[in-house]
Amino acid sequence: MELVDENKLAKNKKRNQAIAFWIFRILSYAVVAILFVILSFIIIKGFSVISWDFITKMPEEGMTKGGIFPAIIGTLCLVGGSMLFAFPVGVFAAIYMNEYVKAGIIKKIIKQMTNNLAGIPSIVFGLFGMSLFVNKLGFGDSLLAGSLTLGLLALPVVIRITEEALKSVDNTFRQASLGLGASKWETTRRVVLPIAFPNIITGLILSIGRVSGETAPILFTVAAYFLPKLPTSIFDQAMALPYHLYVISTSGTNIEESRPIAYGTALVLIFIVLIANLLANGLRKYFGKKVKMN
Amino acid sequence: MKTFYKKFSEKFIEGLLMLSGTITSLTVVLIVFFLFKEGLGVFDKKPVEEGYVIALSKSNPLKTLSSEQIKNIYDQKITHWSEIGGKPDSIILFRAEDISNFYSDEEIGENFEGLSTCINRLVDSLPDIIAFFPKKYLAKDFKGHELTVDKVSLKEFFGGKEWFPTAQPSAQLGVLPLILGTLWVSLGAILLALPLGLAAAIFMSEIAKDNVRRIMKPLIELLAGIPSVVYGFFGLVIIVPLIQKTFNLPVGETGLAGSIILGIMALPTIITISEDAMRNTPRAMKEASLALGASKWQTIYKVVIPYSISGISAGAILGIGRAIGETMAVLMVTGNAAVIPHSILEPVRTIPATIAAELGEAPNGGLHYQALFALGCILFLITLFINLAVEFISNRKQHNKH
Repeated sequence: MELVDENKLAKNKKRNQAIAFWIFRILSYAVVAILFVILSFIIIKGFSVISWDFITKMPEEGMTKGGIFPAIIGTLCLVGGSMLFAFPVGVFAAIYMNEYVKAGIIKKIIKQMTNNLAGIPSIVFGLFGMSLFVNKLGFGDSLLAGSLTLGLLALPVVIRITEEALKSVDNTFRQASLGLGASKWETTRRVVLPIAFPNIITGLILSIGRVSGETAPILFTVAAYFLPKLPTSIFDQAMALPYHLYVISTSGTNIEESRPIAYGTALVLIFIVLIANLLANGLRKYFGKKVKMN
Repeated sequence: MKTFYKKFSEKFIEGLLMLSGTITSLTVVLIVFFLFKEGLGVFDKKPVEEGYVIALSKSNPLKTLSSEQIKNIYDQKITHWSEIGGKPDSIILFRAEDISNFYSDEEIGENFEGLSTCINRLVDSLPDIIAFFPKKYLAKDFKGHELTVDKVSLKEFFGGKEWFPTAQPSAQLGVLPLILGTLWVSLGAILLALPLGLAAAIFMSEIAKDNVRRIMKPLIELLAGIPSVVYGFFGLVIIVPLIQKTFNLPVGETGLAGSIILGIMALPTIITISEDAMRNTPRAMKEASLALGASKWQTIYKVVIPYSISGISAGAILGIGRAIGETMAVLMVTGNAAVIPHSILEPVRTIPATIAAELGEAPNGGLHYQALFALGCILFLITLFINLAVEFISNRKQHNKH
């Protein structure tokens, strides 16, 4: 009698497990399916719009025709500008945190503040950028104000990635270099940074993907609704891809007719993110292999 | 000489590094400073637009009115002075534009030279009048009395149920519908995302084979990388019409659409963090459980999940934080009606969406502008609180381990 019960118990156990696992499997695949639905929808709808003209022409006729060239250039400028600021400062900050400052109250404060900065919503960065760069410092709506705002937004990401990369460098390298009489900076520059470099670059590429899609911080610092010319200085306003997509899909002069343009713009945006992700993953694999070979 | 130079450059570089190290702290301090400087200014302002006056007849005993009372009077929800502690007579509304109903064009004058005299006479002759007009038409020998309007109060700001920042004659700055809208949409998002995200995290960390996991991980990362405006666009062209059709609604832009999109956007955060937490479960614990005859599933829900519960809750809270701060996607799909939501099938408006939609039109430094900064302060404080909560939870876990 008891034996039968035990068998039943074991059977129940197995059945429960099978049911639970199937539920998890289906839900997980649902998550992946969501991604594919979004991606394939944008790609299929956008693909027919993309052409050489679309990428290299100015918008025409209330943005229902023509291309998105100025928006692409604007986004490239913004990404470049923000990285020009965030990359050196972020890497330096991470070096300071990881190599120089001793564990203690200062390190704790900096770490906490960096975490806090990372948690601030992007629209708040927009507010801040507007009141400091646009109004207080008098940059006006400009590439400079937008790049700095985006740069500050990207800063915690760059710092975190660089810190992780630096942490993964084995301490024996540092000790060997210092033991040979190299100074702290020489050790950092010639030993630690070259080893950490691949991971830092990977992170940088990922943060480029992130920055290029940000809309809220540029709403009030740089983005122009319709500006059929290229920016000529850092004090010029510029169009940007994410803002362009927002405008023509919600408040354009003719929403229905500019839908194809919206699909195309979304595809270009997705494309940038995809490329950044693929590149980062590829680099990770490439460098991973290289390190193993040595 | 060379060692001096070397020492000097070492010190110089260290200074440079230190400067970079402090920049995040500096930025946070600056953000707080600018946000609160502008945002707190709202409590020092009157809700009536500068350069305008609201005046009553001399015989009217009322001296002050709140901004809500003024609005209700002009919306004709309050029609008798007795309702706000005055005489039992009905209120006569007057705006500067209405002057032609009372006086001829000659009396007013071609360039409104006579307007101040006319208003003066009118206010004097009608004891039950409430008059709203530009300050420059206030006569020197004005026979009525100017109404003092209370400054925007904390109670009005946080308890007010209406958000009409540009309303005339008195702006309504009640953020309650916006706060509730934000929480409503975020809560919906997390209810959708949590089961899905947890399931995926469990699947990836405990069930899936290594190669499946290796494919899924970058896909989840990609999900996190898609720009919010693309999510918003997707929601606008797919989910909004779908909701409209399914529930037979006049508009598809609803809180539900916002929750769905935000839920999808919160997925990567929840999955990544809870998966990390689960994978940190010590192997020995799992093996002990399996060795005692527990099935894999029993091990998961009796050992792995309890062990990693703080990581899982950290992921969920962070997911909520992301949802609360998210701007563009919500702005595009929720319909942005600033009313307190009663169901998920009504348009709602969140704090970030309000800032994004209105800041462009708010004159620099004015009441509306400052009110939007005050919203930014609220948002900042909410997300700061969430971050600290997450840190508290993860720190507690580390203490428990030792």
